[in-house]
Amino acid sequence: MTTSTPAIEAHDLHKTFGGKVRALAGVSFAVEEGTIFGLLGPNGAGKTTAVRILTTILRPDAGTGRVLGHDVVEHADRVRTLIGLAGQYAAVDENLTGRENLSMVGRLNHLATGVVRPRVVELLAQFGLTDAGDRTLKTYSGGMRRRLDVAAALVARPPVLFLDEPTSGLDPQSRMDLWAMIEQLVVEGTTVLLTTQYLEEADRLASRLVVVDRGHVIAEGTAAELKADLGATVLDVGLVDPDTARRAAEILRTVAHTSPTVTGTMIELPVDDGPHAAMEALRLLDQHALVPTTFRLREPSLDDVFLALTGQPAEADGAGPEDTTTDPGRRRRRAGADRSAARGGAS
Amino acid sequence: MSTITAARPPAPGSGAPAPAPVPTWTSRLRWGVADTLTITKRNLIAYTRIPEALFFSTMQPIMFVLLFRYVFGGAIPIQHLTYINYLMAGIFVQSVAFGGIGAAVGLSDDLQKGLIERFRALPMARSAVLAGRTTADLVRNVFVVLLMTGVGAAVGFTFPTGPVDFIASAALVLLFSYALLWGFAFIGLVAPNSETAQVMAFPILFPLVFASPAFVQTSKMPAWLGRFANDQPVGAMINATRALMVGPRAGLGSTGDHVVTALLWCAGFLVVLVPLAVWRYRRTA
Repeated sequence: MTTSTPAIEAHDLHKTFGGKVRALAGVSFAVEEGTIFGLLGPNGAGKTTAVRILTTILRPDAGTGRVLGHDVVEHADRVRTLIGLAGQYAAVDENLTGRENLSMVGRLNHLATGVVRPRVVELLAQFGLTDAGDRTLKTYSGGMRRRLDVAAALVARPPVLFLDEPTSGLDPQSRMDLWAMIEQLVVEGTTVLLTTQYLEEADRLASRLVVVDRGHVIAEGTAAELKADLGATVLDVGLVDPDTARRAAEILRTVAHTSPTVTGTMIELPVDDGPHAAMEALRLLDQHALVPTTFRLREPSLDDVFLALTGQPAEADGAGPEDTTTDPGRRRRRAGADRSAARGGAS
Repeated sequence: MSTITAARPPAPGSGAPAPAPVPTWTSRLRWGVADTLTITKRNLIAYTRIPEALFFSTMQPIMFVLLFRYVFGGAIPIQHLTYINYLMAGIFVQSVAFGGIGAAVGLSDDLQKGLIERFRALPMARSAVLAGRTTADLVRNVFVVLLMTGVGAAVGFTFPTGPVDFIASAALVLLFSYALLWGFAFIGLVAPNSETAQVMAFPILFPLVFASPAFVQTSKMPAWLGRFANDQPVGAMINATRALMVGPRAGLGSTGDHVVTALLWCAGFLVVLVPLAVWRYRRTA
């Protein structure tokens, strides 16, 4: 493989559902081989639509997608031999056992029986499902199903893996287990495109990110670059009640690098020079006879970046159209996904 | 980080998939058959994993046999035939017709649960999902026909025309069921969920199965209804099946004519329903 061919390329992808809802309005990005790439955005941003196009499930209205140099429309059959996909709902057959599910995917990948059988044993062990391998999925927990879904995506050892919100709805322990597995795959050379609403997840896993909102890429870079854009440090100030917090935010406006955000009794101030800003903030609060209940300097999180990027007043007119839900044929299949997405939120 | 990872080691572990060869016409056909069998097997396993559903769905036609044989049969005189010998053809066609609802429910379920989506991202034959669905339900209908044959024999069906014509009648019923399954597949693809798929299929089938010569002779119906009952596809299938099963005593005239009519209906259904289901499947992408 040459260094010049990205593992995954999206070039100016457009997709409109039902002639009305623009899910993608010109999304471009490129993913280096052997890296984890994060596609970050709120529910309805177009993340899933981009993944469905790049995995040959959906045709773009305009633009091109390539996987290891192969066009996803022209050479869809070829692309399908190179990719693994794990969806945000666990797309596994609950009437089959774990072993049967993985074997079926292996056979549908046209692997020889002699290859499939040991591979399934290996994957069940790798994902901690050996004991559950011969039970039907009805007896599996949500975390186990999700692990099996990811395992199913890996049966044919695809060099490129698409994980569409792989941890939404998982408990913290299962989420961390899955993160460790994803990191291990990348060490072994797999390229991963990950969509997520969890900033922590993107921060932990992805070496590069794009943030999409309403079908547009609104930011791109490493997690560190995105955070650096926001300011070096965040100053958190807590006050006794929300009214006081709002008043204090007005007072502290001059200290902040961008507008402070108030959440309940907490104020977040992105600042350039932490210690200096802290002294200035305390001086201002003292002048107005306000005593903070919390006062803390910290590194900005991707949540701060996200809020700064997507929470602009000009765009703050509620959530965008649901990702693909206005296409009647799709609506029902997204229902579960939307529920879990709502639970996750964008914070 | 992105700059140091350009040289990719071989895919994880050993035995990375070899680059797919350019598919030839024969390899496509071979994989199409193999993938269809994989999906068929998967659907059949699913049936065995819900034994309650299998049990009660096979109980229903058995109960119909017993109901008409012992409860209604005595009150329905049939010229030149015992009622059970008359009934069997109707029961055969009815059982496979209602049994096909499982195909609509199963396909709708797969769509709802995101399985079809996973299949679409696999390098499998595009045709295998629908072909595997209809093949699995055809196998299920073979089982139903065998069961009905046993139940029929147990309650007095005498196989008046002998084994060859009887097997021909069973084969005809199965061919009809296969054609019908593509219609059920279409319903499964358009229904918003599996519950709706079930209730959508029922009212289409109900008048065709009951406004037919399945359980009573059409000569006792109002003239207009009798004509409809004999000419509509399910009625035509029952007449052909009955002509093969009980012979001239059924009073149906030429068996050959009825069989030709039935075969034409089957062909017509296949010609319309297969492309319709395939079209809908492609559009559901």
